[in-house]
Amino acid sequence: MGRKLLLEHIDVEGIQTFDVYRSKGGYAAVEKALKTLTPEEIVEEVKKSGLRGRGGAGFPTGMKWSFLAKPEGKPRYLVCNADESEPGTFKDRFLMTKIPHLLIEGMIIASFALGAKTSYIYVRGEMMPQIRILEKAIAEAKNAGFLGKNILGTGYELELYVQPGGGAYICGEETALIESLEGKRGNPRIKPPFPAIAGLWGCPTVVNNVESIAAVVPIIRDGGEEYAKIGIGRSTGTKLISASGNLVKPGIYEIELGVPVEEFIYSDEFCGGIANGKRLKAVVAGGSSVPILPANLITKTINQEARLMSYESLSDGGFATGSMMGSGGFIAFDEDQCIVRNTWNFARFYHHESCGQCSPCREGTGWMEKVLHRLEYGHGKLSDIDLLVDVSKKIEGNTICPLGDAAAWPVASAIRHFRDEFEWHVTEPRLCLERNYGLAHYADPLPKPEPAVAV
Amino acid sequence: MLKIEETTVVHEFSPRMYQQFQEIVKRYPPEQPKAALLPILHVVQAAFGWLSVDGMDKVASYLDIQPIEVYEVASFYTMYFLRPQGKYMLEVCRTGPCCLVGAEKIMKYIEHKLGVKEGEVTPDGLFSWRGVECLAACGFAPVLQIGPEYTFYENLTEEKVDQLIEKLGGKRSIEANQQLTN
Ligand SMILES: Cc1cc2nc3c(=O)[nH]c(=O)nc-3n(C[C@H](O)[C@H](O)[C@H](O)COP(=O)(O)O)c2cc1C
Ligand code: SF4
Ligand code: FES
Repeated sequence: MGRKLLLEHIDVEGIQTFDVYRSKGGYAAVEKALKTLTPEEIVEEVKKSGLRGRGGAGFPTGMKWSFLAKPEGKPRYLVCNADESEPGTFKDRFLMTKIPHLLIEGMIIASFALGAKTSYIYVRGEMMPQIRILEKAIAEAKNAGFLGKNILGTGYELELYVQPGGGAYICGEETALIESLEGKRGNPRIKPPFPAIAGLWGCPTVVNNVESIAAVVPIIRDGGEEYAKIGIGRSTGTKLISASGNLVKPGIYEIELGVPVEEFIYSDEFCGGIANGKRLKAVVAGGSSVPILPANLITKTINQEARLMSYESLSDGGFATGSMMGSGGFIAFDEDQCIVRNTWNFARFYHHESCGQCSPCREGTGWMEKVLHRLEYGHGKLSDIDLLVDVSKKIEGNTICPLGDAAAWPVASAIRHFRDEFEWHVTEPRLCLERNYGLAHYADPLPKPEPAVAV
Repeated sequence: MLKIEETTVVHEFSPRMYQQFQEIVKRYPPEQPKAALLPILHVVQAAFGWLSVDGMDKVASYLDIQPIEVYEVASFYTMYFLRPQGKYMLEVCRTGPCCLVGAEKIMKYIEHKLGVKEGEVTPDGLFSWRGVECLAACGFAPVLQIGPEYTFYENLTEEKVDQLIEKLGGKRSIEANQQLTN
């Protein structure tokens, strides 16, 4: 069994309440931070831990904190990104439901480290039950003297508020989130300036994912070095993986980074294999935005090494044969799933969620959706496949925010690895309405790597 | 396409609602009341089921901002309804991971069961339904939610949909609707 740092106590009766959480050692990390450490020392511990942002980009959290500008006379803000809406990702909702005080505790430590006196948790609007849970937890923490004025007699004061969103995937992008928190449409801002310089109301701001903030609690409790001992290479610590799709046991798993993908899919400790005795066809390993991989490339890298659940191993091979850790949304497709249909579904999603500010994204996502729709329904042409690649390339890198890339990559990767399935939808326009292409060769053993030629 | 309908509807805000507004505004620096806009619109929608022009105008004057600043927000976010909906709006996730385990079948079933198309309201005003994007519950798919409290129903089957609709008073509603539409 791997170590659990975030979910260790989630099955304890009443862990949602302050008293039970506290009796399990909760808020000890706040006491340690506020009474024995300076803000700089906390940032140092987080740097030492090697923690990388769990929201998707994987940027080192300690480094992000150290970039925060500290001009005289301006407040600084910490905003927690709880907008979770990346298809395939459902860990933050789970964490807030099961163990809300872990997030509150992390928010207090992080706010202290950043010098924030007012912090916000921006929660996806549909998560009304979670909003109520967090509000209750905040009230309890305040009652116990962990929030408000003069916390634990240290002179530090902090107010923590929950802000509901309005239902828009784009508000997960940090500058769109800030706009939304200011009461506007969620249009991402042109950067620079980055939020670390001018964020919420023009003040220096850090935006961090729920899981990143929660991870600060064990880091401060045990020390950054202890945290860094878990995991592999630059993928330190534990990570929540949201597993969905055709699995025996979909759900949320806290893994030590570095678990082999094969073990994650097939062992009983994790997903327990593919549902209904089927075979695995493909996996999207890090939420809908990351490249899809066929079965043979998800369990092994192109060099025939076991692929691991780590930032480095999942991206091994670049986009040619690898993918990304992303937000840890692990979506498994069995042999009966249609890759064209799923690609169309994702394209529809991104078109729907594009804020419309930049034309490559606004027009390109709609165009891809339309072309994929006709391919899926057997009205496509072979040239449509190259057209899709072309459109995706024109979006990638040419937009204000990364939603454009996030829309382009799933399409480009699906065609890269499953081109014959797309072609089959053109050459067999009637058959493709009756049945799916099936597993084909997507799980076949990879060719032996070329032996290195001595020069 | 967005239509702002029923422009003549008047929505009176209760003192309790204004009290809630006041509480919300306190969360932000005094010079930034506009930040209260999204949460206040949720309060208004929870009270009336949708946002009327009159309601949005009242919010604008409460926050001392232009009405257009409210309309543009209300029309941007998917949670706000700019016209009346069924008392129960069943929102089914239609994104990839849910479709892998049967979300499309569930949507078809709901359409058939309620006898109205996506976005339409049953004649007695009790139900409407629509597909929405990933609800961050993909491991418990298929899923649907019902506002304003956003109660969640997971691992949906046709039987569970039947039970749910029954529980919400659907049996009578569906019979009445069949009479109305026949
Ligand atoms: C379109 C889009 C959607 C995003 N959605 C989320 C989200 O729902 N939750 C999240 O934490 N980060 C999301 N991100 C990433 C954030 O912009 C940001 O990088 C992250 O919140 C930073 O937190 P971290 O450093 O702790 O990972 C999204 C990014 C993009 C471009
Ligand atoms: S890339 Fe898309 S979502 Fe991002 S700012 Fe441009 S139009 Fe908006
Ligand atoms: S895809 Fe349906 S909840 Fe995520």
